Amino acid sequence: MRTIVALLVATTLTAATLTTFRGRASEIPQADRRSGSTFMSPQTQAMQNDDTSNPGMLWVLDGNALWAKKTGIADRACMDCHGDARQSMRGVATKYPAFDEALARPVDLEQRVNLCRVNHQQASPLAYESRDLLALTALIGNQSRGLPIAPGADPRLAPFVAKGRELFMRRQGQLNLGCTNCHDDNWDKRLAGSAVTQAHPTGYPLYRLEWQGLGSLQRRLRNCMVGMRAQPYEADAPETVALELFLMSRAQGMPIETPAVRP
Amino acid sequence: MASALINVPVTAKRGDVIEIKTLISHVMETGFRHTMTGAVIPRNIVTDFSCRYNGVEVFRAELFSAFSANPFIAFFTTATESGTFEFRWSGDNGFIETASASITVA
Repeated sequence: MRTIVALLVATTLTAATLTTFRGRASEIPQADRRSGSTFMSPQTQAMQNDDTSNPGMLWVLDGNALWAKKTGIADRACMDCHGDARQSMRGVATKYPAFDEALARPVDLEQRVNLCRVNHQQASPLAYESRDLLALTALIGNQSRGLPIAPGADPRLAPFVAKGRELFMRRQGQLNLGCTNCHDDNWDKRLAGSAVTQAHPTGYPLYRLEWQGLGSLQRRLRNCMVGMRAQPYEADAPETVALELFLMSRAQGMPIETPAVRP
Repeated sequence: MASALINVPVTAKRGDVIEIKTLISHVMETGFRHTMTGAVIPRNIVTDFSCRYNGVEVFRAELFSAFSANPFIAFFTTATESGTFEFRWSGDNGFIETASASITVA
């Protein structure tokens, strides 16, 4: 509890400094864009880069087992339609969130897995942040490791990217901060001892040492929003997907690291 | 769904000092935390880890509440002969997980 209070005080002070001295909201030049992993200590980088010390690989391992497991009324496994994930899922995660024809809006990877479960396996959707959903998205994300992020090619996504951008720029919460105030304007600074970073979602779902577990980009977004004392979006809210989509388009061309490790 | 990741060199020269890395999936609940209503969350941790090299124990560790989730244990041993490393984790609530890896010593 004491840590939380101290952290809040620190956050308030820093936020006051941010709002007083840094009013601009400019985008990061292409040449200065960096993955969150470059802000980490060499030890944490080594942990991410070695598959036998990266704890995220435990979820990938689980994902492999789930991929082959028959489920639902249809009694089908992911593998029965998609075959070997190593081939069929290669590059898939680089294009998410992607436009869904039936829903006429973008869906993120978590929602895609659940749509597949409901429509094709006739199984119940997996809960957000459940071990199974994280395992499957980690497995799918892992197949795109090293490939450049390439979302938003579909012109129908344009209004959603614009919406996400607007949300990223908008000040909100009791501290009256927008995402941009930290992640565009002050990414080279520190917040209570931690690097602010540039908010490029290159490695989700990722293993956060603070969480002692794997978490999705949505969880990370909620984390940030609670930090600026704003009301986090609901798990299924269109705002969340719009923000995810904007963040991915902002990180266009950067290689996927899933499952990444972060402090 | 318990699972383990093991990293043992596939081959080594006789007398080489080799590093062995292990990672096990486990929540490592400390037993010191409480729920919202004040009830203690019971301890659930891995308490023992051991490694046998062709049946001979070469490494053993006792684990306690301060270990983080998904314990990563790395250690060194000397490659003496070709054979198998057998790993065993045991803990609260009857938790047992085993894994093995083989090595060729030239």
